[in-house]
Amino acid sequence: MAYTTIADDTRALHHPKTWVGKYVWSQDHKVIALQYSGTAIAVGVVALVLSDLMRLQLGFPDTFKFITPSSYLQFMTMHGMIMVIYLLTALLLGGFGNYLIPLMLGARDMVFPFVNMLSYWVYLVAVLVLLASFFVPGGPTGAGWTLYPPQAILPGTPGRDWGIILMLASLAIFIVAFTMGGLNYVTTVLQARTRGMTLMRMPCSVWGIFVATILGLLAFPALFVAAVMMMLDRVVGTSFFMPSLVSMGQQTNFNGGSPILFQHLFWFFGHPEVYIVALPAFGIVSDLISCHARKNIFGYRMMVWAIIVIGALSLFVWAHHMYVSGMNPYFGFFFATSTLVIAVPTAIKVYNWLLTLWRGDIHLRVPMLFAIGFIFTFIHGGLTGLFLGNVSVDVPLSDTFFVVGHFHMVMGVSPILVIFGAIYHWYPKITGRMWNTTLGQIHFWITFLGVYAIYLPMHYLGFLGVPRRYYALGETAFIPHSAHVANEVITVAALIVGAAQLVFFYNMIWSYFKGPKADGNPWGATTLEWQTPQTPPAHGNWGPKLPVVYRWAYDYSVPGAPQDFVPQNVPPEPVTAHAT
Amino acid sequence: MGIVRRLTEKPWLAPGLDSLTEEGPPSLPAAAVGLRVYFGVATVMFLLIGAIFVMRMGGHGVSTGQGPDWKPMFWPPLLWFNTVVLMLSSAAWEWARAAAHRGDRDNMRTGLIAGGVLALVFLAGQLSVWRQLERAGCGITATTMSGFFYLITALHGLHLMGGLAVWGRTTVKVLAGGEVAVVRQSVELCAIYWHFLLLVWLVMFGLLLLT
Amino acid sequence: MAIAIAIAALVLFSIAFQLLTPWWLTPLESNWRSIDTALDVTMWVCGFFFVALNAFLALSIIRYRHRRGHRAHYDPESVTLERRLTVWTAVGIAALLAPGLIAWKEFVTVPKDAAVFEAVGQQWQWSFRFPGKDGVLGTVNSRQISPDNPFGLDPDDPYGRDDILVEGSEVHLPRGRPIKAVLRSKDVLHDFFVPQIRSKMDLVPGTVTYFWFTPTRTGRFEILCAELCGVGHYTMRGAMVVDEKPAFDAWLSQQPTFAQLMAEAAPAAPAAAAGRNGSPAKSVN
Repeated sequence: MAYTTIADDTRALHHPKTWVGKYVWSQDHKVIALQYSGTAIAVGVVALVLSDLMRLQLGFPDTFKFITPSSYLQFMTMHGMIMVIYLLTALLLGGFGNYLIPLMLGARDMVFPFVNMLSYWVYLVAVLVLLASFFVPGGPTGAGWTLYPPQAILPGTPGRDWGIILMLASLAIFIVAFTMGGLNYVTTVLQARTRGMTLMRMPCSVWGIFVATILGLLAFPALFVAAVMMMLDRVVGTSFFMPSLVSMGQQTNFNGGSPILFQHLFWFFGHPEVYIVALPAFGIVSDLISCHARKNIFGYRMMVWAIIVIGALSLFVWAHHMYVSGMNPYFGFFFATSTLVIAVPTAIKVYNWLLTLWRGDIHLRVPMLFAIGFIFTFIHGGLTGLFLGNVSVDVPLSDTFFVVGHFHMVMGVSPILVIFGAIYHWYPKITGRMWNTTLGQIHFWITFLGVYAIYLPMHYLGFLGVPRRYYALGETAFIPHSAHVANEVITVAALIVGAAQLVFFYNMIWSYFKGPKADGNPWGATTLEWQTPQTPPAHGNWGPKLPVVYRWAYDYSVPGAPQDFVPQNVPPEPVTAHAT
Repeated sequence: MGIVRRLTEKPWLAPGLDSLTEEGPPSLPAAAVGLRVYFGVATVMFLLIGAIFVMRMGGHGVSTGQGPDWKPMFWPPLLWFNTVVLMLSSAAWEWARAAAHRGDRDNMRTGLIAGGVLALVFLAGQLSVWRQLERAGCGITATTMSGFFYLITALHGLHLMGGLAVWGRTTVKVLAGGEVAVVRQSVELCAIYWHFLLLVWLVMFGLLLLT
Repeated sequence: MAIAIAIAALVLFSIAFQLLTPWWLTPLESNWRSIDTALDVTMWVCGFFFVALNAFLALSIIRYRHRRGHRAHYDPESVTLERRLTVWTAVGIAALLAPGLIAWKEFVTVPKDAAVFEAVGQQWQWSFRFPGKDGVLGTVNSRQISPDNPFGLDPDDPYGRDDILVEGSEVHLPRGRPIKAVLRSKDVLHDFFVPQIRSKMDLVPGTVTYFWFTPTRTGRFEILCAELCGVGHYTMRGAMVVDEKPAFDAWLSQQPTFAQLMAEAAPAAPAAAAGRNGSPAKSVN
């Protein structure tokens, strides 16, 4: 028996009547996407400020007395957790996923619009619970975003009274929100594609978000279990992770638990998490490069398979975060090998991005600049990952600034550059306006050059052996004075890059009200979201009839075609001239 | 067309619509697909807990004062009764599902009410088991085994409560005179959800007993 | 265009940085040359890819930037090219993995003649234990830890009586001999890290971890804690002093044994003051 889904049934779509129904309790994926994005960016700005505070302390120790060892650890923990989970994951999946999936697939909305709406509000609750930890006695947890027990719940670590409880609760709530959203994205991709939209005609953006969502649905349960167990250890006194120990001179009642077990659970989630962030970025950047180079993404089949293989393999590499954790050392052989194997499909993707540019027609517009910035910084960050994955090389580098440099490059720089590129790219479709090009270029150059100035030196501090998560280095014989100068330079660069983001916000906000009206498809893109009858797309996206798809997502510069792009919903000419 | 064949086709060839690109409407409703995806998520969660439990009960080589969990676990007989109640609840749901499938409103209604009420009895029984365990000195912090027992029963119970929320809405609709067609999908999805939770319970409880 | 120039400039800048930087691995003071070799091989392979890929990037941008009349090629894929690239990438990956795994094989294989010492971590100081004349470390028990017995040694274990106990976060070790560092924590995760010896390992409460190294030069080296362990993490410093054997023996003979510690503690009143375990008792759990 055949079923109609929300995809083609306008009657089933929720049609709100009030302003509150349209813009607050909205079930429209585009509104939900903007709600997610706005919340994620707002809390991301909070985390950016926290990182500036951290850098003030690291660059100029003994200068800012209000930053104590305790508050430094709290800023550091909240910065990390917010950025990874509440900004990157929420923005890429909840923001871009919600906006793009139905539009790119030719659907009217997600298949479960009510659950989709709930997922945003539950996410917001998770954010509020997390931020509440700033206001409870003891403040937020200072255990590092990794929250390792036993320290996270014992005296000696900030926030062990209330902060850690709110953190764990917030994570559990976030996971519920993510699951609700994730069910939507997966089911919509499987069920709500419009006529002619086969899986292999989907743009890379959808593939990246789709595989990332599946990965998230498989990986977040591990974090959920870890959070619940740690919560029980903290609140009730169970010993899931707590061995018998003496805390601050006092015997405790814990017995038999394993801190390493937490690490296995955390990283079984934590490593896929970085691909949950990276895969959507990979997919989106493929579409940015393709569109602005007027050339199909090179090796589309390999790109799709690489996304799938990377996603699958990412479930088998987690203990490369645990080489020196005290786990069975023989595991190191396996995880080093699996980690370096995953480098191969990742490298293929890099080659294919480069081969897309090669023999292309490259328009160096702002989105393309950010895409190129992504390639450069991702090459760097991906390569430094090989040092850390190579088990014995990781030993001297673990817990040093080399790790900090690496993960910021691959998580904090590359995906953020893609996000900026994506926002500039889709801004005209979302708002119907165009942004100011000069401001966009200024934003790009300061950000791109600035982040390299911040993170390149960090790797070398790591080679030297400068440890991470230190409030102050103090007098240390093997660390030369020049390293302290390096920290000052990094801090100044970080403050400048942070401030430069104001240019971006100003541009986005000003252009919304005063920017020139944009054409429905200013970049000449082939994918469906650019072919909506109205810009910004109206409720229901497509007007009375859904689009029909006749071709893949990358018919750019097709020989014999009248323009250098053919949208997906354009029927074939009677005589086609395609290279095989 | 096989999934691998689908994912290795060359999409730039032959633009247009043909039998290969006309996939037709989906054979399962979206909600059924979504629920099955959720089963995957919940399975991963329970599997992880099971794996951790097995590893913990296998015991680590520990050398610094980790006393073994000396207290044996107390299994109240009520647990067996609860298990049977849960099986009956699933059976009632299956009856309701079959009735809904053939449009039999009265039998569907009976099965629906029985399924939910039995689940409530199960939950009450589980709470009672918790109390019995505490009184016997096997509270949540007593031993490794008891800690896992409370964790597993709590997560299972929470899932059941989620199902009961949907049951509540469906039952209200039926009691208010709703037609079978209106609630048929809910009843079907609730039924398979209940069966899933029964399977989870049998596996996890079995694991606890056998270890 | 500017972006292509910037890419090229950043690559040249990075190479210059690598060649001229004052911040590099500390001089190696242990046997772990194989780790340094693996790191160097990794650096060369990665360096090659970094330069080659970015050069190709810059070249593509310059050559194929948009100009009037210029049109892109239509080129969906090239299976042969992708296959070749996959193979060569795998070769490069294997080339850097091999020395890494070889070094790791050494890392997990503690020499049979390694001398043993124990490092004990707690928030936020180090203490150490040597096995004494019987060559065996006595059993310890977390429940036995008290102000009088900071190491938690079992008083009934004969092997523990001659254990040499070192507090005060400074340890001496003999040069030129493989040493197995056995690691224990009283409270939370810590990590014993001396950059000059390259190897490190976490201390995990509830279990015993280990790593090994052979100090090759005498000197005084800083021990850093390399696993976030609370507000005092950055203060948890120690010193590892590598002596020639005679000097080491002399130092060792001056340290107290557990038997001596028990003898001192016996007449002391049960109600102790702040005691050896750091800050005064706070109620936990």
